[in-house]
Amino acid sequence: MSADVLRVEGLSVWYHTPGGAVRAADGITFGLRPGERLGIAGESGSGKSTMALALLRLIKPPGRIEAGSVWLDGRDLMTLSGEEMRRLRLARIALVPQGSMNSLNPVLRIRDQIADALRDHGVEATERQLGDRLRDLLPRVGLDPEVAGMFPHQLSGGMKQRACIAIAVSLSPRVIVADEPTSALDVVVQRQVMDTLARAQTELGAAVILVGHDMGLMAQFVDRLGVMYAGRLVEISPVRDVFTAPRHPYTRMLIASLPSLARKGVFQGIPGLPPPLRDLPAGCAFHPRCPLAVDRCRSEIPVLREPRPGVWAACHLA
Amino acid sequence: MTPLLEVREVTKSFGGGLLDRRHTVALRHFSLGLAEGRASVTAVVGESGSGKTTLARLLLGLLTPTEGQVAYRGRDLTAMSRAEWRTFRREVQAVFQDPYEVYNPFYRVDHVLTVPVAKFRLATSRAGARTLIEDALRAVGLRPDETLGRFPHQLSGGQRQRVMVARALLLRPRVILADEPVSMVDASLRATILGALRQMTLDLQIPVIYITHDLATAYQIAENIVVLYRGTVVEAGDVELVVKDPRHPYTRLLVGSIPLPGVERTWTADSAPSPASSRPAAGAPGCLFEDRCPSVMPACRAAAPPLFRSDPRRVVSCFLYRDAPVVPAREMSTAFVEAVAPAGRAAAAPAIPPAPATP
Repeated sequence: MSADVLRVEGLSVWYHTPGGAVRAADGITFGLRPGERLGIAGESGSGKSTMALALLRLIKPPGRIEAGSVWLDGRDLMTLSGEEMRRLRLARIALVPQGSMNSLNPVLRIRDQIADALRDHGVEATERQLGDRLRDLLPRVGLDPEVAGMFPHQLSGGMKQRACIAIAVSLSPRVIVADEPTSALDVVVQRQVMDTLARAQTELGAAVILVGHDMGLMAQFVDRLGVMYAGRLVEISPVRDVFTAPRHPYTRMLIASLPSLARKGVFQGIPGLPPPLRDLPAGCAFHPRCPLAVDRCRSEIPVLREPRPGVWAACHLA
Repeated sequence: MTPLLEVREVTKSFGGGLLDRRHTVALRHFSLGLAEGRASVTAVVGESGSGKTTLARLLLGLLTPTEGQVAYRGRDLTAMSRAEWRTFRREVQAVFQDPYEVYNPFYRVDHVLTVPVAKFRLATSRAGARTLIEDALRAVGLRPDETLGRFPHQLSGGQRQRVMVARALLLRPRVILADEPVSMVDASLRATILGALRQMTLDLQIPVIYITHDLATAYQIAENIVVLYRGTVVEAGDVELVVKDPRHPYTRLLVGSIPLPGVERTWTADSAPSPASSRPAAGAPGCLFEDRCPSVMPACRAAAPPLFRSDPRRVVSCFLYRDAPVVPAREMSTAFVEAVAPAGRAAAAPAIPPAPATP
């Protein structure tokens, strides 16, 4: 796995609340290959967004990264100083944040927001050089160069999202972390934005981590898919394997709960609810909802194992 | 027979005068009729700005049509007496999108259930009220002892939304209007909530209008579907026909853009869609989809297409089907599939299994 562009080892993030520590992400381990599109799927509260933010060390109190390392370019991001990390963000590892259409500054023109980001990372450019750069950058995300002179409120949701992708790719990062980049968009626009992200990524040769809850979007976009449940990665395999032969019972039930257009009346919800992260059940966190649970599941936490090459699942029965 | 709830050629516009080009037509010449006592789910599908929410608000009497009428039991909503309005408010129940906003955080969840019981005098005693509430909760797969007495923040989004379905159920409504009831709920719980909704239509033998942007769930629970684009009906009829074999170029684009959770069919197989339009809705005479349509013809720019009956169970508003008979907007529902038969056939019908109890 030395060829990985990003390597996450045992990453744990806890939120310290008056009621006790909430283990939002626990022992997350995976590798990201160059140019790969990796999906991390999970339902609300599964820890997927926490994990995404932790990769960039953007966790704010009461959250804290308790353990683990994130290797990028041969350096462990967790050991860098705050200033070193700040310089690395955007330049080497960029984030397209959740609800990023609302993350643009409403009183700045798009060009000034992009210029800010560039200048902050040491790119000294004259007005003219900046103009040239924008004329190159904006068409790469399917936007007209004239958009540079506009304010966010003049753009549609899909255009704002593309502007955010433009900022994310402006310094040619090695890794792009996209956290639910299309959650508020209509399906047609969503598809356009995902096409845009795919094109920009291919041109840069960057790897993408797509974090989200939409299994359909994952099926359409990623090469490999990880599934999180109650703060842990329970399965990570090539996307085809996840959909055709899911190993973890949670993944299997999650896929069965999705409405399909193939057959009517075949989707069924998962009984029960995810456990409170402050008070996880002993053993496998899914065992109270799992129809296959055996005694061992109630006492021993399953670790990720590789039952078939490239196919990983954290289940005693996989 | 007079339909129970009827929308008659309703147009709703916002802002500006009629001659002001800035006014927005949210819904135009829309008609729909729902028969009483028949179990059926009619899905209304569209993207943001298609007029779905405007339609929901018109149906609930929260908005007044600019043209046309919304009538309940033959009475125009705007002309109802207090008593009629009260009946309407009880018999037409809504389930809204946000399972967080509808609760007052300072009251226990019991509040949303006890208030309607008291207000509409559904029970004569406290014990009677309690029984009604507990039955309604059980019907949506919740355990009363684990639900009552809690505050909204102690329940999950899915549980809260199920309490709202239970609340609608409690009032024994004649019509349910569900406006994006599962768009804020996790995937694994959607099926359960939609299953509860579906079961309710069968149990009570009532029509449900399911408003959504999600074609896949619409396909799963509805018999009939109406596809809206910028306030107009582009295609309507039997959900099997419209979703499996769409005719209108817009419906095709929409169906083709659904990110399906499977690896058999991927997006890349289709050509990339054209960008969304910025064309003003008001004033222009032609088809509203003309500027994005891959099959556009000169006729599309000259006039808006009427509804053509391309199949016995479907109407399409597109000149590609101009050889088919024209259906007046008011008769759109003649293309609909009849209601689902009560009880006996329900088991054989492709219904979602009943909601399991929540531990």
